[in-house]
Amino acid sequence: MASEIQELESAVVRFAGDSGDGMQLTGSQFTSSTALEGSDLATFPDFPAEIRAPVGTTFGVSAFQINFGARAIKTVGDQPDVLVAMNPAALKTNLGNLRSGGLLVVDTGAFTKRNLQKAGYEESPLGTPMMDDYQVIDLDISKQTLEAVKEHGLGNKEALRCKNMWTLGMVLWMFSRKREPIVDWLNKKFAKLPDIAASNVAALNAGHAFGETAELNVSIKRYQIGANKTEPGLYRTVTGSQALSWGIAAGGELAGLNIVLGSYPITPASPILHTLSGMKEMGIVTFQAEDEIAAICAAIGASFAGSLGVTSSSGPGIALKMEAMGLAISTELPLVVINSQRGGPSTGLPTKTEQSDLYQAIYGRNGDAPLPVIATRSPGDCFEVAIEACRLAVKYMTPVMLLTDGFIANAAEPWMLPDLDALKPFKVEFAETPGEGETYNPFKRDEKTLARNWGIPGVPGTEHRIGGIEKSYDTGHISYDADNHQKMTDTRFAKIDGIANDIPLQEVEQGEENGTLVVVGWGSTFGPISEAVKAARAGGLSVSHIHIKYLNPFPRNLGDLLKGYDKVLVPEMNAGQLKTVLRDKFLIDAKPLNQVSGLPFKIVDILSAIRAEVSA
Amino acid sequence: MNEMTAPVQKLTIKDFTSDQEVRWCPGCGDYAILKCMQRTLPELGATRENTVFVSGIGCSSRFPYYMDTYGFHTIHGRAPAVATGVKLANPELDVWMITGDGDGLSIGGNHMMHVLRRDVDINILLFNNKIYGLTKGQYSPTSDPGTRAPSTPQGSIDSPMNPISFALGSGARFAARTVDTALKHMPGVFTRAHGFKGASFVEILQNCIVYNDATWADVTNKAVAKDKQLLLEHGEKMIFGADANKGIRFNAKTFALEVVTVGEDGITEDDILTHDETNLTLARMLAELGAEPSEPMAMGVLYADPAETTYAEAVHAQVNEFKGKRTLKDMIYSGQTWEVS
Repeated sequence: MASEIQELESAVVRFAGDSGDGMQLTGSQFTSSTALEGSDLATFPDFPAEIRAPVGTTFGVSAFQINFGARAIKTVGDQPDVLVAMNPAALKTNLGNLRSGGLLVVDTGAFTKRNLQKAGYEESPLGTPMMDDYQVIDLDISKQTLEAVKEHGLGNKEALRCKNMWTLGMVLWMFSRKREPIVDWLNKKFAKLPDIAASNVAALNAGHAFGETAELNVSIKRYQIGANKTEPGLYRTVTGSQALSWGIAAGGELAGLNIVLGSYPITPASPILHTLSGMKEMGIVTFQAEDEIAAICAAIGASFAGSLGVTSSSGPGIALKMEAMGLAISTELPLVVINSQRGGPSTGLPTKTEQSDLYQAIYGRNGDAPLPVIATRSPGDCFEVAIEACRLAVKYMTPVMLLTDGFIANAAEPWMLPDLDALKPFKVEFAETPGEGETYNPFKRDEKTLARNWGIPGVPGTEHRIGGIEKSYDTGHISYDADNHQKMTDTRFAKIDGIANDIPLQEVEQGEENGTLVVVGWGSTFGPISEAVKAARAGGLSVSHIHIKYLNPFPRNLGDLLKGYDKVLVPEMNAGQLKTVLRDKFLIDAKPLNQVSGLPFKIVDILSAIRAEVSA
Repeated sequence: MNEMTAPVQKLTIKDFTSDQEVRWCPGCGDYAILKCMQRTLPELGATRENTVFVSGIGCSSRFPYYMDTYGFHTIHGRAPAVATGVKLANPELDVWMITGDGDGLSIGGNHMMHVLRRDVDINILLFNNKIYGLTKGQYSPTSDPGTRAPSTPQGSIDSPMNPISFALGSGARFAARTVDTALKHMPGVFTRAHGFKGASFVEILQNCIVYNDATWADVTNKAVAKDKQLLLEHGEKMIFGADANKGIRFNAKTFALEVVTVGEDGITEDDILTHDETNLTLARMLAELGAEPSEPMAMGVLYADPAETTYAEAVHAQVNEFKGKRTLKDMIYSGQTWEVS
């Protein structure tokens, strides 16, 4: 049927299916094609912890959501406009969130009695009043796919694996996106399996053709979402894990140090280990250790010997590393600790996102053990934040905790490629062989930064012994002296607190520097808070948005800034951790808005909290 | 014109002795090990700047403070991991790791297993005194069953482990044993460990004079030493005893080593095994020797079979194969990009 093309400002599409249906691939390929059109976008891979949960079950559903638009996109979207459900379980777990009037695409071929049962449906919901709210395209995608690929001679099972490409073809048609980059990608990916490549391409083309020619039972519109007018430059899409890894590599180069990453596999942090392991060209050494403790200890050993040690994990692994972090604090060695936060406590929700390790970052470890804590707000932001973590680590001779989360790690967004030559180096100078009659003191401090000087093995004359036992302020030798311990504790705090003078002042993201309400966030809540504040301000409310990158120490103007507002609202994907820290540091009545569901905030939830707070 | 080069001054024991006061209990076996190390390093041509001592926690782990080299007194059990990091950063360094039976085999058992399996080129000295000293006398994973200690007033119940069997089981390619008081034997073992490319594991039978005095007396006392210690030499017959007439024979029926006397029951020297330090099966049997009161403990190098390359070298070889072939910029700017104008 002929279809008109309607211009849209933005749209949210969610692909949902069984873990084995290839929804993550479908989503990421749709993302590539969309990015190449210049639309802004945000993605949300939402998958189960099980690698292959039993087929057809609700807990085996894997989904990928993308919000894309001809305007700046800051969140993955509260509600999908289009839901693709590849089986009954995917429908069951995702339908509730589809916008009323939204478009639902289902593969009726997967709506067998057995699959319906597994999803907990007594009878098929298709064609029932339950569907009245939506435009439904129910197609036997399985059959269509088998038909499309049959000339390539695959077995039934392998042929059915192509149905994600058939679906993708149709959705590409729906949103006027190009197939070519995906065809290229398929041919490259399956270069050694030409039948598989050809079948997938055939399925993709068939899905696209179907959209164009088939008589559908609802009149689906074709949409056009144009390019977002952003800063001119060269762009690519990037996930948080990629940008973070590249930032670490850049940080090493700017410091003039080799990177040694010690890491242990853990969800959702492993992609950083994988990415850096594939960067040997840049001289990066990666070490998959026997456990989390060995991973950080090897990184510390590497720093002792003159590399920049980095360790990467998620909450449970970070908990295991705490004692060693104390050693790095006590011996004042540089170290970058990356925490890709996930739902907790304990094993918690490995594949879901949360920002509940702020206490662990700021207050963790035995003894009074301060370290700088910085957080990244979006995938692209990870690059810069990783460089900053490296800078602080070597300049202040301290471990630095970099907080990211599962959402940022896996999500993708367009990213303007940085001008690497314009990055400012922070080259490290090691202690040199002392002159005649002089002796080396490893704990001699820089007067301004209070950082100790870094002597490394291999250099004659700077031999020294360090360890976790308290050291004399004057000589660095073991000291159990009471006054000395007080002085060293004070010095360790003063060193970290002093970083406040070396970081930018806190800026207000949106709104005035005073007013009725300020919404204060950190980390991956940036998108939803930003959109909610924008909407509230459009509605005439006096609301501002402050997003904190430096969580310890805070920027030195933060306290005064916050006191300029009547009320402070702190939305967090935890039970209220930044709220507590803000109250403690500034004695302000910060109000919490907490969501601990493993999912990102919806704009609407923050917006209603803002409205309630302003009118209260 | 002949170029004048300053004669390389040979370092002495003094050069390796730090200015820190040694704080072990008077009479502790650690003193002798420390002195032996300070004396041996100059002989090995070691330099202070390239030598690093890494330790965990415990009495033995204070060792680095007393060496005038680079030293890192880390946290309980983690010295193998820290030492691995040191080697990853700089494979050229000469790294010694000092640990004890609690630090190395209990809290740090996992790391010990992996540093040996990976064959990281470090020299590991495990001071085995069969007790926790620094925490005041609790039983350790090598304590004899029935050890009465503050945490086991009725005697310990669990079976002890054999450090060398553990090391060999973990894939160690060098394992040796010596005694804290064996001032002539110990330097040779240190020299071999130092010369070995790969992880070298050395168990030192060490006396804790306060909490477990004389725990090794039935092996190390002068009166019994010759009968209770089998001094191994590669290519030499395994003969020992005050009269040098006892030997080790392989009994094919019991599939075990046994002690025999040359000249008795028709036993001749031909029946006695010759030590082959590259034989892993033999090393495993020798490690367990001494479990029975009639058996001697094997001393010296039980096993030495170096691999072609060591861990840190192999890691760097992989890195160097790719290094410089692509820049960070190449990587970031590759893939699908688009221009916004």
